[in-house]
Amino acid sequence: MTVSSELDRRFRESAAAEGLLDVAYDLADTPVGALLLAATPEGLCRISFDPEPERELDVLARAFGARVLRSPRPLEEARRELDEYFEGSRRDFDLRVDLRALPVFQRTVLAELVRVPFGAVETYGGLAARIGRPRAARAVGGALNRNPVPIVVPCHRVVGSTGSLVGYAGGLARKEHLLAHEGALLR
Amino acid sequence: MEAVAIPPFERFYEERKDELFGYLARLLGREAAEDAFQETFLRALRAYGRLEHGQHLRAWVFTIATRVALDERRRKVPAGEPVEIPVGDSRPAYAELEHLAGELPATERAAVVLRYGYDMSYDDIGAALGSSPEAARQAASSGVRRLRRRHT
Repeated sequence: MTVSSELDRRFRESAAAEGLLDVAYDLADTPVGALLLAATPEGLCRISFDPEPERELDVLARAFGARVLRSPRPLEEARRELDEYFEGSRRDFDLRVDLRALPVFQRTVLAELVRVPFGAVETYGGLAARIGRPRAARAVGGALNRNPVPIVVPCHRVVGSTGSLVGYAGGLARKEHLLAHEGALLR
Repeated sequence: MEAVAIPPFERFYEERKDELFGYLARLLGREAAEDAFQETFLRALRAYGRLEHGQHLRAWVFTIATRVALDERRRKVPAGEPVEIPVGDSRPAYAELEHLAGELPATERAAVVLRYGYDMSYDDIGAALGSSPEAARQAASSGVRRLRRRHT
């Protein structure tokens, strides 16, 4: 016997409303494709360009706890801010992000990265210098590559010293799209 | 032996929700099963973070559902009153019996449905009813005897 979509929706909503979830997630359609959004009670913890939840569920459960459930309500604010960003009415995100699970070095890199404003770019070496580790450009690249909340924590704003896009976990086409959207493409 | 990992709740819920809803509908009727379904999975979710391994999750959630259903019947339905029994599922022999089980006392009914509808072991049924496996076996067989007395 099949559970009605209404009953299913009610359960998912109550589970979040009663504060029983370690992680809530949902999918969002954006100009750079379908995204998987996930949040803990502390804030947004994941934006994945791979909208196939199966692969992401285990990763989330290992990092934050097994009570992972699809539930739209806790992601509403993230969805709204992303919509506004892609519509062009938002330049900075006000969302809280949850980066507790990350190593200290990566948190340091990402905390500095959010100071690179909409429309600007920084180089890997430049970002390394800004955190006082001028020779750690490669390690900075690694930390950005594993950024759990791309777009909101804007790793697309970091480019090579010659202005080349270099790389992006979501693929170079997305990086180019985001930089063009922000009016920051160098050529 | 390595402990079975606890799956993300989403996967566990998706895997079990239809089966559990069917079970609750058998015990309570479709309408009352909706509230019981919600209560069952909220209770499961509350306890889920404290599980130590992912073994026997099916029996575990059936136990929760059984307790929710027994509470519900004690609270609402006068003992022995027949409830709507949804038919369906691929168990013809049991299906013939099933429409009669609504007349049984709550515990016997749960024991009969778990044993013959879901093929649960008496160990698991005992756990679900909060009794011993032997008491579960007795509840199921006394339920079946009662059905035979009434309907043959």
